[in-house]
Amino acid sequence: MGQFFKLADLGAIAPELELILWGMGILIADLIIKDKKKLGIVAIVGLFVSGIFLFRLNGVEATAYGGLLVIDQFANFFKLIFLVAATLAIAISMKYLDIERENHGEYYALILFATMGMMFMAGAVDLVTMYISLETMAIATYVLVGFLRSSQRSNEASLKYFLLGAFSSGILLYGMSLLYGISGSTRFIDIAEALSRRPLNDPISLMAMITLSAGMFFKIAAVPFHQWTPDAYEGAPTSITAYMSVAVKAASFAMMVRVFMVAIYPMRPHWVAIMAAVSVMTMTVGNIAAITQSNIKRLLAYSSISHAGYVLIGLIAGNQTGLIAVAIYLLIYTFTNLGAWAVVVALKRRDVIGEHIDEMSGLFFKNPVAAILMLIFLLSLAGIPPTAGFIGKFYLFASAIETGHNTLAVIAVLNAAISIYFYLRIVVAMFMREPNEKTELTYSPALLTVLAVAFIVTMFIGIYPDPFISMARLAIPAGF
Amino acid sequence: MDFFHAHILTIVTFFPLAGMIVLLFFGSENKNLIRLWANAVGIAGFAISIPLWLRFDFDKADQFQFVEHYKWIQALGADYHVGIDGISLLLILLTTLLGPLAILSSWSAIEIRTKEYYAFLLMLQTGMLGVFISLDFFMFYVFWEVMLVPMYFLIGVWGGARKLYAAIKFFLYTLVGSVLLLLGILALYFIYPSIAAVHPEVSAQFGTVPTFNILAFHAISPYLLQNFQEWIFLAFFIGFAIKVPMFPFHTWLPDAHVEAPTAGSVILAGVLLKMGTYGFLRFSLPIVPEGVKHYVPMVAALSIIAIVYGALVAMMQPDMKKLVAYSSVSHMGFVMLGMFALNPNGLNGSIIQQINHGISTGALFLIVGMIYERRHTREIAQFGGLSSVMPQFATVFLIMTMSSIGLPLLNGFIGEFTIMQGAFQRNIWWAVFGGSGIVLGAAYMLWLYQRTMFGKLENPANEKLQDMNLREWATMIPLIIVAFWIGLYPAPFFRALDKPVIKLVQKLDPSYLQGAPRLEAKSGERR
Repeated sequence: MGQFFKLADLGAIAPELELILWGMGILIADLIIKDKKKLGIVAIVGLFVSGIFLFRLNGVEATAYGGLLVIDQFANFFKLIFLVAATLAIAISMKYLDIERENHGEYYALILFATMGMMFMAGAVDLVTMYISLETMAIATYVLVGFLRSSQRSNEASLKYFLLGAFSSGILLYGMSLLYGISGSTRFIDIAEALSRRPLNDPISLMAMITLSAGMFFKIAAVPFHQWTPDAYEGAPTSITAYMSVAVKAASFAMMVRVFMVAIYPMRPHWVAIMAAVSVMTMTVGNIAAITQSNIKRLLAYSSISHAGYVLIGLIAGNQTGLIAVAIYLLIYTFTNLGAWAVVVALKRRDVIGEHIDEMSGLFFKNPVAAILMLIFLLSLAGIPPTAGFIGKFYLFASAIETGHNTLAVIAVLNAAISIYFYLRIVVAMFMREPNEKTELTYSPALLTVLAVAFIVTMFIGIYPDPFISMARLAIPAGF
Repeated sequence: MDFFHAHILTIVTFFPLAGMIVLLFFGSENKNLIRLWANAVGIAGFAISIPLWLRFDFDKADQFQFVEHYKWIQALGADYHVGIDGISLLLILLTTLLGPLAILSSWSAIEIRTKEYYAFLLMLQTGMLGVFISLDFFMFYVFWEVMLVPMYFLIGVWGGARKLYAAIKFFLYTLVGSVLLLLGILALYFIYPSIAAVHPEVSAQFGTVPTFNILAFHAISPYLLQNFQEWIFLAFFIGFAIKVPMFPFHTWLPDAHVEAPTAGSVILAGVLLKMGTYGFLRFSLPIVPEGVKHYVPMVAALSIIAIVYGALVAMMQPDMKKLVAYSSVSHMGFVMLGMFALNPNGLNGSIIQQINHGISTGALFLIVGMIYERRHTREIAQFGGLSSVMPQFATVFLIMTMSSIGLPLLNGFIGEFTIMQGAFQRNIWWAVFGGSGIVLGAAYMLWLYQRTMFGKLENPANEKLQDMNLREWATMIPLIIVAFWIGLYPAPFFRALDKPVIKLVQKLDPSYLQGAPRLEAKSGERR
């Protein structure tokens, strides 16, 4: 193992390190700066600086801290997603928090800390690093979900999320301890080697695999571990819902790819079967439950559950196409979903909840641009070309067909067809109903920027996805 | 000019979209300007598609012409690849003809949200043309799905009382079909390299990496296993059959037609349904011929049910538009029956009948639209004796009724007769049932005509109806001309079709052509 800590390791974690320092700086600046919106801008600058450090690590393949952490293109790809998601989420937060009268400096610091945790998750190849970074992300998120101190819903959501999150972390730890018991190591590669030496049906390995999977499924809100999602998403500040639905999910998937494709890869025949069942349930339950929702936040929460079900297909396929599909899908989902949430945030006005589908009625007449952008985001979520969502779904379905998971592919495409039904409900409200006095939007320049960025990327990937696919291809070398 | 000729398909396809983008900059209160612009774009769109007919090399009608091929998504092997043969040529001209007529017919019918309406119509036009020109399966699929969105809005915003229901039903049905189609496409995509690897004549032409090139799929079809072909056929079948629509997937059609605005119905019946049959012709038949042959009995049975059932249901409709909608189900059953006879006559007739159906059903929807605009009802019982107040209208209606039921001298006869020939050669019972459909078709159409046009004018609301105006004549005249043209002198159309059809039959049943030189002579005679 050699020397545990080398000075060069600091360079390897520069993007994360910068975020920690910057977040602490924001906490201190909070004491001085009265206009909290400025802190939001400071946080965005911090994310950009972190992005620059990340860019310098582009193409670097290295291990740090004696193998606790790796720097590779896969990690960099996901770190980029987290930075983008955090930037866009902060941009849609600033006005929103003003409206909620809860604009405080620690909000921005917490987002930076959560992002830092996610970035470590993407690079973790060791159970301990993985767990600590996961909890760093999770604890920051628990607080953010409950950030609307005076709102009962927000507090309830936070508590629910925290209790269930802690419970699932416990299960996860249980699986991890079993794996450690089997292998005597916390490194993913050592675990894989130890598992491959044991018989496939070894009960202890199975137990470890099952508990570990259950913990992971909780984090991505897969059915049957999804119950917390609609409540947490509905109660949380909308900007945090947007952030969670893309970044927390992407981080959990990055972690899952490493755990399932490396650490417990020898158990693949078993976990593929479990995951296929979970994927089918997640897609179906998510979509069917979304049909009946009339609250946009809950509707999008269920829709995000079903999207997790689609992404699992990539892991089930498990080949290069499948993992590229996971990466590209999450990238696309980040932009598209944040765009959709940005429109929901724009609906929020002081003392108005602004979450019912009715409040979107006739949006097209009052604000055609917002309505058309929302239409494009919804079509992208549903996977209709020529939007980015189609490319993502296409890759997922392709990976399923390529690896012979035909039944799964059929169920998935039928689910994609069902999902158009509830996305179109929003479209119907926006374009085919008369506007009422509730249909008003509040904009800020930052929000408009988010909408523009999300729109441009969604359409660009939809029409010319080549650069993004090559990026994902670099992140997922053959034989990952 | 050289640039125009080199990129003619691209220009014809994207011209309406370009027109739509310009339209977006118009002020929405300037309704007449918007209408003028949309009509100008529609007519110009037709005008620039005429060179396709003039420059098309009919002696090589089975080859793809006006080909353009560029790299698009290299990571997937999806290209921008377009080209047309005789079959797509006719369907493209049908589309560019019906498009402006649909636009013109909306002049006074659409008063609300005019700008968006024309924007969606023009967008739809590009989507449909894109489907017919694509030689890349990925690109085909993109156009195939893109087109759903404008049609959804046309029904959902400007439709009748149950428009939301009809619009979502249309969207969901077609989407379910198309996603299964996508899986079929993917299966072919992934099997291609394994076949190309062992068959040098394929890899020499199309390479060894996965591709969406439709010509490559045509080339590997002999090497696809029977079982695989059957599965692919089923995946394609659901996608295309919903679009056609074949019994029992037809239930979206009457709803969509009844609720859609007139122009929407014209486009839906005239062009959209043809996308399903085109899918069979371009993909199912040449790519999975063994799968096709395996399922001939099923498709024939469903087609015959559609013919008879569609006709019987049409007969009982109290609503004119619904009657025409169900007649579409019956006619499209005919088209499918002819196609699955899998012989030259059946296929020729099937394609000609697709054009005919576009012409005559499109015209009938326009006619129903004219009545609806005057009386705001389509209930047959509200009318009677209209021929006395609207003589010109009655004449046009009569011509199109005759065209629809297949009276000689008009287009319907040519199509039905050729299909019947093909069906007869395949199986006498097909012809028997098909023939009963013709009889029933005559019955419901003539009965409709009699109930609305003849008799005494009893309803006072009908006494002061205006006859057709100049604009309405302008929408009908081109259709009447084409109806007579195909009826009297179909040779140019068959000339575009003969070669592609022979190519298809060679794939499906080579022995058929060797064993029956008689047929060749016969099709020569017809010319």
